[in-house]
Amino acid sequence: MTLTIDHFYILVGLLLAAVAIMNLLDHSNPRRVTTALFWGLYAVLYLVGERMAPAAVGALMIGMALLAGFGGVKAGVPTTLDATERRSSAARLGNRIFIPALILPLVTVIGATVLKDVQLGGLPMFDPAHLTLVSMGCGAIVALIAACWLTRSTPLQGVREARRLIDAMSWAVVLPHILAVLGLLFSEAGVGKAVAHLTTTYIGLDSAFVAVAVYCIGMALFTIVMGNGFAAFPVMAGGVGIPVLIGVYGANPAVMAAIGMFSAYCGTLMTPMAANFNIVPAALLDLPDKNAVIRAQIPSALPILIANIFLLYFLMNL
Amino acid sequence: MQSAVNLWPLLGVVVVVAGFVLRANPVLVAVAACGVTGVAAAMPVMALLESLGTAFVKTRNLPLILLLPLAAIGLLERFGLREQAQSVIAKVRSATAGRLLIVYLFARESTAAMGLTSLGGHPTMVRPLVAPMAEAAAEAQHGTLPERVRHRIRAMSAATDNIGLFFGEDIFVAFGAIVLMHTILQAEGIEVNPLHIALWGIPTAITAFVIHAWNLRRLDAEIRREVAADAGAGKGAA
Repeated sequence: MTLTIDHFYILVGLLLAAVAIMNLLDHSNPRRVTTALFWGLYAVLYLVGERMAPAAVGALMIGMALLAGFGGVKAGVPTTLDATERRSSAARLGNRIFIPALILPLVTVIGATVLKDVQLGGLPMFDPAHLTLVSMGCGAIVALIAACWLTRSTPLQGVREARRLIDAMSWAVVLPHILAVLGLLFSEAGVGKAVAHLTTTYIGLDSAFVAVAVYCIGMALFTIVMGNGFAAFPVMAGGVGIPVLIGVYGANPAVMAAIGMFSAYCGTLMTPMAANFNIVPAALLDLPDKNAVIRAQIPSALPILIANIFLLYFLMNL
Repeated sequence: MQSAVNLWPLLGVVVVVAGFVLRANPVLVAVAACGVTGVAAAMPVMALLESLGTAFVKTRNLPLILLLPLAAIGLLERFGLREQAQSVIAKVRSATAGRLLIVYLFARESTAAMGLTSLGGHPTMVRPLVAPMAEAAAEAQHGTLPERVRHRIRAMSAATDNIGLFFGEDIFVAFGAIVLMHTILQAEGIEVNPLHIALWGIPTAITAFVIHAWNLRRLDAEIRREVAADAGAGKGAA
């Protein structure tokens, strides 16, 4: 049997269903019904999403967004151990408490490298198309078992703690997902083509340095809009990189590609559209300013982008 | 030729920019942008809903990396994972928040360059270990920190993870981005060795390390300044 990503969709669906039920029963949550509805809908989309009519999925997604957007998703009052209890437990467990935390990445890496070719009954053990995610799912399960064993608690307590963290992040959990949908819709509607058309029509590319600068800055700007460098690369490479940098100025394609993609990454560091890197961590770290991570990244991203322009200009004809 | 390009879908981009500038709820902004883009591209409502639904089902793999580790990490936090991480780092006398994050930046970027991208991450490393350790290092140096400084250290911890990951992973030859670049160039009839794309990423990877490490060194000075200013303000009020 192959362990596929679908198994983990079901697992996440069950987790979200548990979050919904726990919120519904929690009278300390001021909006417990709408909160439960929100996580319940998300659970349904994980459990049976691929079997539903696509239009129905789209409608449910909009329903979730409206619930989240108008303040329907709140948290209950979490029951944690108090600080002294936590400290005494940390003193009792000592550095052993790091073991399950390190098991998680370790199992993921082993799964993705050593076990990737292992076959069970003629089929690969892990779904090769989603190797890292499936390995990480296994790592998460092994880490949970180790954590339960070490702390003498139950997996149910683990689910309660997951709910505490999910509640704290609230709608930020679904933002990357909805932005990914928007990104796909943008490319379907031809936003990429329109942007490439504007940059190539209205900006003169008659000096090598200007062409390089337009290419690098365009990559970053386009990524800021789309939230994803992979969406920007084909557009800017096709619009400026290949016809102008390679075609006119004879750039080395490998240099053009490598530094172009890194310029796109500078954009990723500066945009709320890349929510899983920028907005989710702010929620995960309890930061009151949702843009705090972006603010911390701009002083590095802008100089790296400028450095990229010079690197590409001086290296492309070597 | 020019009239073939439809510029109306750019309205969706305008909605996104306006929404973020006005600080509207990002989920609402994203859904509004979906609606506007669909209308601007002249998609019928049912076709738009179908596109949204298909895309939503297709991208369900994205949140897994965030959601799957939460049960284990949450349980360990309940029993003092963060406190233990802090007490370990507080014993290292020479540790400062900036130095600790420079070490993490180096570890994150070099392991990502070897393809080990899942060794870090916000739910698995930054929240339970890196951010508490960076806070504890600053606390061991300066005593209790103002809330603002704590938030700043946490944000820099997340930023360090991102920068290490981004500029490391792209010089690993089997990474998706290299495959994507290779495929696109090939489709345009340009043959490139993927290894060369990976190697030409190294100058930027080194530059990114130097620039962010420099900013992390400045973080230590900033913390010192902020703590001093806060102590001064406290005395003034007393």
